Amino acid sequence: MVLALHLSYWQVSALRSVGILAAVLLPAGTFVYLFLFKMVSFMQSRLGPMEAGPFGSMQLLAEVGKFLQKEDIVPERADRKLFKFAPYLVVGTVLLVYLAVPFGPDMWFANLNGGVFYLLAVSSISALGVLIAGWSSANKYALIGGLRAAGQLIAYELPMVLAVIGVVIQAGTMNLAGIVAAQAGGSIFGFDGIGNPYAITQIVGLCIFLVAVQAELGQTPFDMPIAESELVTGYITDYSGLRFMMFFIVEFASAGAFAAVAATLFLGGWTVPAAWADLNSNWFNVIGPIIMLTKMLLIGGLIFFVRFTFPRFREDQLQRLAWTVLIPISLLNILATTVLKVAF
Amino acid sequence: MAAITERQKLAYANAQAADGRVNLEFETDEGMTLNMGPQHPATHGTLRIVLKLDGEQVISCEPVMGYMHRGYEKLTEVRTYPQVTTLVNRIDWLGSFANEVPFILAAEKLMDIEAPPRAQWIRTLLFEMSRIANISLFVGDMALHIGAMTAAFYAFRDREYVLNQIESATGGRFHPNFDRIGGLKDDLPKGWIVDTKASMERIRDFCDEMETLVEGNEIFQARTRGVGVIPADVAMAYGLSGANLRASGVDWDLRRDQPVGLAWNEVDWHVWTHPDGDSFSRFWVRLQEIRESTKIIDQLLDGLPSGAIMAKVPRIIKVPEGEAWVATENPLGEMGYYVVSKGDLGPFRVKIRTASFNNVAVVPWVTRGVYVPDVVTILASLYFILGDIDR
Repeated sequence: MVLALHLSYWQVSALRSVGILAAVLLPAGTFVYLFLFKMVSFMQSRLGPMEAGPFGSMQLLAEVGKFLQKEDIVPERADRKLFKFAPYLVVGTVLLVYLAVPFGPDMWFANLNGGVFYLLAVSSISALGVLIAGWSSANKYALIGGLRAAGQLIAYELPMVLAVIGVVIQAGTMNLAGIVAAQAGGSIFGFDGIGNPYAITQIVGLCIFLVAVQAELGQTPFDMPIAESELVTGYITDYSGLRFMMFFIVEFASAGAFAAVAATLFLGGWTVPAAWADLNSNWFNVIGPIIMLTKMLLIGGLIFFVRFTFPRFREDQLQRLAWTVLIPISLLNILATTVLKVAF
Repeated sequence: MAAITERQKLAYANAQAADGRVNLEFETDEGMTLNMGPQHPATHGTLRIVLKLDGEQVISCEPVMGYMHRGYEKLTEVRTYPQVTTLVNRIDWLGSFANEVPFILAAEKLMDIEAPPRAQWIRTLLFEMSRIANISLFVGDMALHIGAMTAAFYAFRDREYVLNQIESATGGRFHPNFDRIGGLKDDLPKGWIVDTKASMERIRDFCDEMETLVEGNEIFQARTRGVGVIPADVAMAYGLSGANLRASGVDWDLRRDQPVGLAWNEVDWHVWTHPDGDSFSRFWVRLQEIRESTKIIDQLLDGLPSGAIMAKVPRIIKVPEGEAWVATENPLGEMGYYVVSKGDLGPFRVKIRTASFNNVAVVPWVTRGVYVPDVVTILASLYFILGDIDR
């Protein structure tokens, strides 16, 4: 299946550049407005922003404008080059994660055969950026925050990988488009009415994946790298202006990225669980991204609902949870998946 | 890393000199010094805590107080007695009415005046309401320090029910300045009793909500149980008072043990203690205290005596020569005023004993060997108001 119109290479590249910016910024903005501004406000019995635009919908633009006007301060004793470089590294990670996610039958930036492997590999680059930010700030709070982030990301990378292995075993491919196709065309123990969204058959994997995502993103209850009541704001303590905004956007853009990954791996990606839908239709290039965004909002809502409900773990409790609970369960999950895959 | 210039060296040396004794003591080769405060989210105010860390483990810790010293003890000397209540309102700014009461009682003791029963009961009412206003914020604040943001908003929301009632009776939400020597400024407004009863219902709902949302949360329990344990003997030795002492298992409440003439003995209530002495028990005891306060207020409202609200007091208040000490069980713990009078319009000397000062004094003892997040938990659970530390 190819698009009807033929574009030259530079046109495709330009489209992809625009597309990936839209893919990063659109969910991020939606998440900020919908969850950080509104859902949380309603949870906390307040209205949230109401002044800028109808129901405060322009508040995000106002915030961006505010941050752009602020002075970009580099602390005197900071490692200037690394300090300035760190936010770009973190932003780059999110762009790389979106690269492999398919949004429709032809709506993808790169169709990689080792897509899952690639995703898990690039998603941990942001830890490097966070560590650089924490180290180069020459601030003790930032340093503690950066080290906490590094320890946390190492601990939670493993359950995440193990949770995804279950999906890979079931789909029989590491290609993300292939995983989406396997979910759309699969069957649950012979029943193929809704395909086989792995949210149902890999429910354990999904739960572990979401917990690990929560930790990877550094959202409460795993927000020790930020821990605003202990470390001021952790590794972003010394950042201001544009660079602070980059960290801020990344927090939500990467929430969107991981929500996209979770939607692709567990919720059937851009497809709908309906047997009548012709998934090869060109229409899915148009409504696919919308379906995808809906699923991302679902997972994002869950992430932020948890964030604003729970208190924060302590660093040692977090490590204990990862190594003694999540990893054994995910290993058992892989075992069960393998046995069932061979048996059926 | 860029080379350090002479200017930077000089700036650093200046900063060292300005920081004075504490840094000299802590800036050693082993461990890392972490300066929490005076501007730090966890010290809600301007408390400074200098931690010496090994990794994230605390080797030693020293609270540096005095960044908010406002000299209230000295200022009272140049005020007349009725003017002092305006000042002392600001000591513990979350439960301000409770600050006025012991001072007024001390002055009354010196003048040998007793407020009429109705005034005593209304004083007790407002005292307990300021306790609820204070402690309900603690509940949200502690959850916030442990990372749960939503509970703090609920606390601010439900505290309004009490503050509205205080406002409608006294005219001031935070600083009522309502207590007078010999009685009160005004009587209660019409309909206040019914409204207050309704607001007490809301506060009880708030307690239930906090019990399920915060206290019952597994992560909250994991973060607070067994963290910052203060045994009873240490608590006594450091002079802790109030809920911090009761959470260490010491059954001690000035409202019951040392009646000062207010109406606590007229109603039926319970002093809760907890045997553990950890952060969780301090939270638990305070939550129970809000419940007890609503019970006290309900009973006081039912039995409110009629009559005057002001005793016969001379127009110009001169307090006879003498010394008096009155302490009450304030929201934060024991608060006492030692008033020395030379027979003038204003006090000669006033010494204010506040609970937070002692409550923070135990921090170095209790934070040895804990992790940085636990320092925040312990600080939050000990619960101090900066104005109450530095005065």
